[in-house]
Amino acid sequence: MNSLFTPLSWDDTGYILTGIWNTITISVVAIVVGTLLGMVIGFARAESNRAVNVLFGGVLDVLRSVPLIIQLVLFSTFVGAIGYPLDPFVAGSIVLSLYTMAFMSEVFRGGFESVSQSMQTAARSLGMTYWQTIYHIRFPIGLRAVLPSWLGVALSVIKDSALVSVIGYMELLRTSEQLIGRTQQPLTILIGVGIFYFIISYPLSHYGRSLERKMAI
Amino acid sequence: MISVQNVHKSFGDLEVLKGVSLDVPNGEVVSVIGGSGSGKSTLLYCINAIESINSGKILVNDIDVHSKATNKDKLRQKLGMVFQQFNAFPHMTVLENAALAPRIVKKMSRDEAMEIAKKELEHVGLGDKFDVYPTRMSGGQQQRLAIARALAMKPDFMLLDEVTSALDPELVGEVLETLRLLAEEGMTMICVTHEMGFARDVSDRVAYFHQGVIAEIGEARQVINEPQNELTQKFLSKVR
Ligand SMILES: Nc1ncnc2c1ncn2[C@@H]1O[C@H](COP(=O)(O)OP(=O)(O)OP(=O)(O)O)[C@@H](O)[C@H]1O
Ligand SMILES: [Mg+2]
Repeated sequence: MNSLFTPLSWDDTGYILTGIWNTITISVVAIVVGTLLGMVIGFARAESNRAVNVLFGGVLDVLRSVPLIIQLVLFSTFVGAIGYPLDPFVAGSIVLSLYTMAFMSEVFRGGFESVSQSMQTAARSLGMTYWQTIYHIRFPIGLRAVLPSWLGVALSVIKDSALVSVIGYMELLRTSEQLIGRTQQPLTILIGVGIFYFIISYPLSHYGRSLERKMAI
Repeated sequence: MISVQNVHKSFGDLEVLKGVSLDVPNGEVVSVIGGSGSGKSTLLYCINAIESINSGKILVNDIDVHSKATNKDKLRQKLGMVFQQFNAFPHMTVLENAALAPRIVKKMSRDEAMEIAKKELEHVGLGDKFDVYPTRMSGGQQQRLAIARALAMKPDFMLLDEVTSALDPELVGEVLETLRLLAEEGMTMICVTHEMGFARDVSDRVAYFHQGVIAEIGEARQVINEPQNELTQKFLSKVR
């Protein structure tokens, strides 16, 4: 009689690749959407008065301080309860993107605020309009300054995307959990998954450090 | 011609300019001296419409600077300004720094803008620095870049706000030399400065600012060497 468990085999490759693909997809979605929204909000916060900032800041603080796993469960339960259950990918993308946005907005705000008023006045004194100054001076200087911290947030989002498994999204961690259940080879599988995250993260963080060195000059 | 007519300017409750009048005809160089906080920078900012005014009038080439109908971006093209901070755009080469405004503000072609930028950079002695990033240059070179960048817009006037104050002493000379050259070429300039030698030798007239008013104004040599006003005498004896 065959065992209840079947060992890991090459037939599982497709399944694992799906997990990898899904991890990459949701990470890319969250990083792209989170970056774009974060840039807009970061700019708005750098530009606007106290009242707007307190309002914005409160919401962003909540997004940043409530653990992602709780946000995921609460959000997907909530949309289910009001009768609009969402596909785990969609629900996960929304929550992870907003979570990313909350961190990115602080990163970008810092970058835009790092461009001195005097630098902007100098640009205006050349006849440049407000928006020309934003586009040619403030954005490029600010964005360069935040590249290393942007990369840091992006990396942590890739890792945090594993949490989307709790609402049933078949990303890498969840596929591997299921494989573990079937094969009872947790060590092999988890080491494999760990290596995957490392392979993705290490070159990026290495690149980030070298950028940082280059720009420190 | 720049004509400042009885200008008042307050920041909140603090009145910084208390009725300032000053006419600078074309070709004249006026140096503005005075103690810290007396309103010298504010005057330049008001002329350039970076700051608004509360009352009075400022005319630049007969255009009312603070009238609602005035296009301030367009007006500023005629008023080159250089600051105490170097403000070089760090993400661009020296040449790009100087060519940016001609290209995007005056809508020149890239080549045309580069051409003008190169000429002005050579003008200030940076002919060998086109492709360098400004953070790699000395303060004196960065300040000359700021001057060339302003000149590339072909301004009718230059407003200079303590452009040598942030420089190491040994670099002050090269920047003053550049300004002297501009003065000799007939550029109309208002220079806020702490360099009394420069004020005396290069400018036509010197204005002494005291607590928001021009306490004394006259021929440069006379104001610096034989000030009539007691306040000017006191100030000059302190800075010398
Ligand atoms: N944006 C501002 N908001 C509020 N107060 C200001 C502002 N700019 C200048 N002031 C105040 O106005 C006064 C005059 O400032 P200003 O910069 O014109 O002086 P200054 O003569 O250029 O002095 P310094 O030699 O130190 O540059 C100072 O008391 C300054 O604190
Ligand atoms: Mg000043």
